[in-house]
Amino acid sequence: MSFVFWLIAALTVAGGLAAVLLKNLVHCALALTIAFLGLALLFLQLDAQFAGFAQILVYVGAVAILVVFAILLTRSSEIPKDGGIFSRTWVTGLVIAAAVFAMLGWAVLQSVPGLPHESAAPAASVQQIGWALMGRYVLPLEIVALLLTAALIGAVIVAMHEKEGAKER
Amino acid sequence: MMPPLAGYLLVAALLFAIGLAGALTRRNAILVLIGIELMLNAANLNLIAFWRYGPHPEALTGMMFAIFSIAVAAAEAAVGLGLVISIHRHAQTADLDQINRMKG
Repeated sequence: MSFVFWLIAALTVAGGLAAVLLKNLVHCALALTIAFLGLALLFLQLDAQFAGFAQILVYVGAVAILVVFAILLTRSSEIPKDGGIFSRTWVTGLVIAAAVFAMLGWAVLQSVPGLPHESAAPAASVQQIGWALMGRYVLPLEIVALLLTAALIGAVIVAMHEKEGAKER
Repeated sequence: MMPPLAGYLLVAALLFAIGLAGALTRRNAILVLIGIELMLNAANLNLIAFWRYGPHPEALTGMMFAIFSIAVAAAEAAVGLGLVISIHRHAQTADLDQINRMKG
């Protein structure tokens, strides 16, 4: 385990923690972007260059901007007047999350002796990924294309302005 | 000495728990979506880590799974945020404790 890994992991976890704990939602979106960036760096550490740059393009580039747009359009950056940012049942949620982490961490630590050690970096050039996408994975690729088109149209229709009681849009 | 895979799995588990806690405890609908995004990303990190240290990385299976998962997560984010904007226009709030009617 290299020092760089722990540095990036700390950055990612800190970004994630800040994203769910901060009061102002715009700050939350910025912290989320840092967490996404840290994840992209972790992907690069794992020799998955294509996935890392796809992560930067899709998450840091698109999803973060989308989240900021939604925050500004719903005026969620204003802190609620009664002050609370956590729901009434936050204790239950926290207990469930802690239980899930305890179980996952226990499972990982139990399996440490059987895990593989350092291995040579696998060769995953963009050319190989392209061949795989156009060959073995061509059907999932087409389905994802269809899904993205449907999601794009669906998101526009769902968010489109509807007049009260009127038929025309 | 901890194998590197265990470190990645622990970071992914921690991120998943943070996302779950955010989705379950926050009042704002957008924060819930942020928590879900964090959970999806933690799963992606697991996929890539298992691909890297698995027995057959040249088959690219885990990498492909992660790439498709990123695409599906992008679609989910777009539709989810569209729904939040639509609900906000209808109920004038994005506070999940106040959105308690299904027919409006």
